[in-house]
This record gives sequence, structure tokens and C-alpha cells, in this order.
Amino acid sequence: MKIVVLIKQTPDTAELPKVAAEEVKSGTIKATMVINPWDEFAAEEAIQLAERFNGDAIALSVGAPGAVDALKHAVAMGVGSAALVDNASLRDGDIWATAALLAAAVKAQGAVDLVLTGKQSVDDNSGTVFVGVAGKLHWPLLTNVIKVREIADGVVTVERLVEGGQETVSAPLPAVISVAKEINEPRYPSFMGIRKANKASIPTLSAGDLGVVTPANKTQWTNIRKPEVRRTQVNIIGGATVQEKAAKLVDALLAEKVI
Amino acid sequence: MSVLVWIEQMNGQAVASSWEVLGKARQVADDLGAPLVAVAMGADINATAELARQYGADLVLTITSPVLENYRLSAYAAGLRRAIEEVEAVVVLTSATTRGRELSAAVACELEAGLAPDAVDLRVEADKVVAVRAIYSGNILTDVTFDSPVQFASIRPRSFPMPEAGEAVAELQPLDLGVNEDQVAEKVLEVKSTDTGEIGLTDAKIIVSGGRGVAADPVKGFAMVTELAQTLGAAVGASRAAVDAGYIPYRYQVGQTGRTVKPDLYIASGISGAIQHLAGMGSSKVIVAINKDREAPIFERANYGIVGDLYEVLPALTAEFKKRLK
Repeated sequence: MKIVVLIKQTPDTAELPKVAAEEVKSGTIKATMVINPWDEFAAEEAIQLAERFNGDAIALSVGAPGAVDALKHAVAMGVGSAALVDNASLRDGDIWATAALLAAAVKAQGAVDLVLTGKQSVDDNSGTVFVGVAGKLHWPLLTNVIKVREIADGVVTVERLVEGGQETVSAPLPAVISVAKEINEPRYPSFMGIRKANKASIPTLSAGDLGVVTPANKTQWTNIRKPEVRRTQVNIIGGATVQEKAAKLVDALLAEKVI
Repeated sequence: MSVLVWIEQMNGQAVASSWEVLGKARQVADDLGAPLVAVAMGADINATAELARQYGADLVLTITSPVLENYRLSAYAAGLRRAIEEVEAVVVLTSATTRGRELSAAVACELEAGLAPDAVDLRVEADKVVAVRAIYSGNILTDVTFDSPVQFASIRPRSFPMPEAGEAVAELQPLDLGVNEDQVAEKVLEVKSTDTGEIGLTDAKIIVSGGRGVAADPVKGFAMVTELAQTLGAAVGASRAAVDAGYIPYRYQVGQTGRTVKPDLYIASGISGAIQHLAGMGSSKVIVAINKDREAPIFERANYGIVGDLYEVLPALTAEFKKRLK
């Protein structure tokens, strides 16, 4: 059984607020780059499934040369091998071109049974690249999965969260799965794992290597900007007792017509 | 040429944020000089289709099939594609619910069309739609312009107001799905409703949240948060600190790595206002902060504040609201 986990390198979430519009425009982000936190759950699940079903886990990423560090993190966690797809032919926010590259990279791994990934990246926030990967591969897609219940007889059965409910769904393999935070608790890389990752050879593939002609952009990002920060003058409600403060606040909120 | 909106339904009822999208789409359609078409899909969609007529659609497409009883991406994608072809849609919109987001993406990918996922605003410029997206977890905004003949966007709930229901003038037009059960790869084995009667965070008009400030007695603290929420018909939220400390499950988390919300009123109790939390709730219309520490950053974003102990302030507020909202 061969399991691929798709990984993105993204800014450390603690540094996201400091990212400047100019950095996004130029594509040169100064923040510390780490493995996208949502993808850690996918990497953990790939490792667990590889153990459970005696398979191999492979991590793939589309990114700049530095993104190899995110792949090394996955290898240090316990993913067997990794490959990077060079993103030189891509522009920001190009969902389908990214998906085309990832789908081709998945195919290049041979007979893959399952592709796992996180629910979205913390930078582009599209949550749709895996939809494109499933679409390009013509494989079924199961999103927001919180438990892989069974893989047997060429069918995967999962539990997934949807608004207002929980579903048990099955689909024939090969399939694409996006995982939710509830699925597991990602492990920290062990000392041995980090040593293994540092020695691992992680090849870089280009769009040309994969035989992908990057499709033309369907969307452009323009007028990239910081959101306006609302600076409010807070009205601190005073009063002799907590009851008096509560009454004054309720007066104010009723006058605002938000109740 | 037309503007097409998918009206999502769950348990036989239309999802409210679909109407917000339909309301905005009315304006987009008028700006483009194109008719507004709604499409409803399911095993039984009469009620949803009727409401779509009242909320401003010029034409309502209905796709009814037992194959559509439970939502499955491949079956619903086939239906949406069918509707797009039928009315030659150039703009295709859904609400950015879990389903709406993946459905619009699956069909956009198949048609090699541009997509703006989870957009927070829309406008028409030179006969094309321009969408606005919040990226970098709410820390950057970007316009998204389209280079494809068909333009897709999923719209974040509460980005636009609910439209007023009006006179129903639209025709209903049934369409065949053209898909059999054996053509659908996904099989739904069980559906468990986790609907506990609680109000969902993303659709909530009012949210009462708790944070690290409940540490002294988290069970009591969140019971007080919940009681105030119930009194106001509000949703319960939490900061990441409260979730990480195990006070409340992850699905309640508001912020950069939780839900992004935009209620009319957000009451933050015992939440210091870390920038990651502010990224998820900073566009709320009115923000109330209750915190012991006057220097907490939440007061810089709040409209109203009470400096005090939440174990005293929350019950006092609940009592006062109960008295006034009778």
C-alpha cells in the first residue's frame, strides 16, 4: 500500500500578522517558514496508516527550494521518503496549476492508493488544491475526515465531519482524503528521526520532469493589501456595583440594536 | 448568459447563508445585465425551491433524484455542471460552507475556470466579477480578477446581509441529473446528526466567547458563558488558549487556526486578545470585552469594556438580559 501525503511550507502562524503586503506581492516572505500546521495531521495519519497496513508513506510538496525543510520535518516524523516539485513555473494563488503539478507528482510515484492532505494552508487559505488534485487524477475525494475506519478490498471507509453532522462514507481506492484536526495528535520528530531526515536525499522535480505544461493563470491577485485595522475608542463601563455596570452595558447594546 | 447560485440544503432545509449569496448575486446579475438563476438539488427540494423564488431568483432550476438524497461531491458536481450548461452560466456562486467550498472547486477545476474560494466581497468591473479574499489567515486582503470565461466563487457566510423575501415570480424548471447510483463512487453508510440545537459559530448573529480567564474554574466559567449565550440566542466560542488547555472542544475555537466569524455582537470574556484571535473576530460589528486586566489588548479593539471578574460579570449580564428581554 502506497500513501502520499501532500505538504506545503507556510509561514509560522505566530508570524502571520507581521507579513507585509509587499512581501506577498514579490513572493518573498520574510517570516520563519514551517510545515503547514494542518498538514502535520495528514503526515501523522500517513505514518499511522503505513504502519497499520504495512505500506509506504511518501511526502510531496510544491514549493521553492527552501520548502525541502518542511518535507524533512515530515521525514523526521516518520514518513519514509519525500520529493519536492519546483514551483518556479507557478504564480501566487494559482490553484489549478498547483493541483496539476501535484497530481503529476503523485502519478510519478507509481501505484498510489491514497493521497492525504491537510484542510487548507495557513497562507493561501484556499482549501481547494486537494479538490483539484482529486479532479486531475479522477479519483474520489473525501474531505474533513476525522477517522480512517478501514481500508479493505480496495475500499476506504472514513468518518467525516460536516456542518451539523458526522458521516460514515466509503469510496473505492485510489482516493484523496483531506483530514481535520480531530483525526490525531501529530508526533514531534524524534532525535533519530531528525538525524534520518538530515541524511535523506530529497529529489527536486521540475514541471518538465513531470511532463506538465503549467496551465495559464485563471485568476490574478491584484491590490494586495493589509486589512484596515479598526482602532476603536473603548467605552469602559463604570459603576459602583457589577449589577450597575451590567445594566449600563445592556442599555448600550440595546441602543446599538445588536440584540 | 446568466448568474447561477447553488442553494444548499441540509436535512430538508435550505442553508441560510445560501440566501445571503443569492441576495448579493441579484446585484451582480443586475450589474452584468444577466438573469439570476438558482439551482436546488436533493431528493426533496420543494420548500427550498419555493424560497429561492421569494429571495429574488429569476429562474429556479430543480434537480431531484434519489441519488442526491445524501450530499456526495461527485453526484452534486454532476448536477451543478448540468445547471451551468443549461443556463450558460458565466458566474457561479455558492456559500463557502464545507460543501459549497468543495463543490465550486470541483466543478471549476473540471471546467478549467478561475475560482475565488471563501471570498468576503464581490463586485462587477468591466463586465467581469472581481472577488475579495482574506489570505494569510485574515492578515492580508487581495482582489481576485478572472481570466476565464466562467467565474466561480464561494462566499464566506455573513459577508452579505440576508435579502428580503419578496413576491415569487420565478419559473421552476426541472432538470435531469443524468447520473445513476452505480456511477457515484462515494457511498454514505451512516449519517449522525451532531445537531445539539446549538447555534453554529459561522452563522451566528451573536457570539459569547471564553478564554484563558476561566482558568480558575473552567467548568463553571464555560457554564456561565453558555448561559449568557442561551439567554441571547447566541453561539458559544472560545480562544485557542481555552481549547489548548482542554476547557472546551476545538470546534468552538475562534481565530486564525479556528473559525473566522463576523457576528453583529461578539462578547469576549477572559480573552486577552492575542493577534491570532483578533484575526478571527476583528470584523465583528460590535465587540464587548470583559477582562480583569485593563491593559489587555482586547480593549484596543472593543467598543465596550467591563474591567472585572468574569465570574461576577457574566451572571450579572445574564440576569440583566433576562430581565430586559422578557
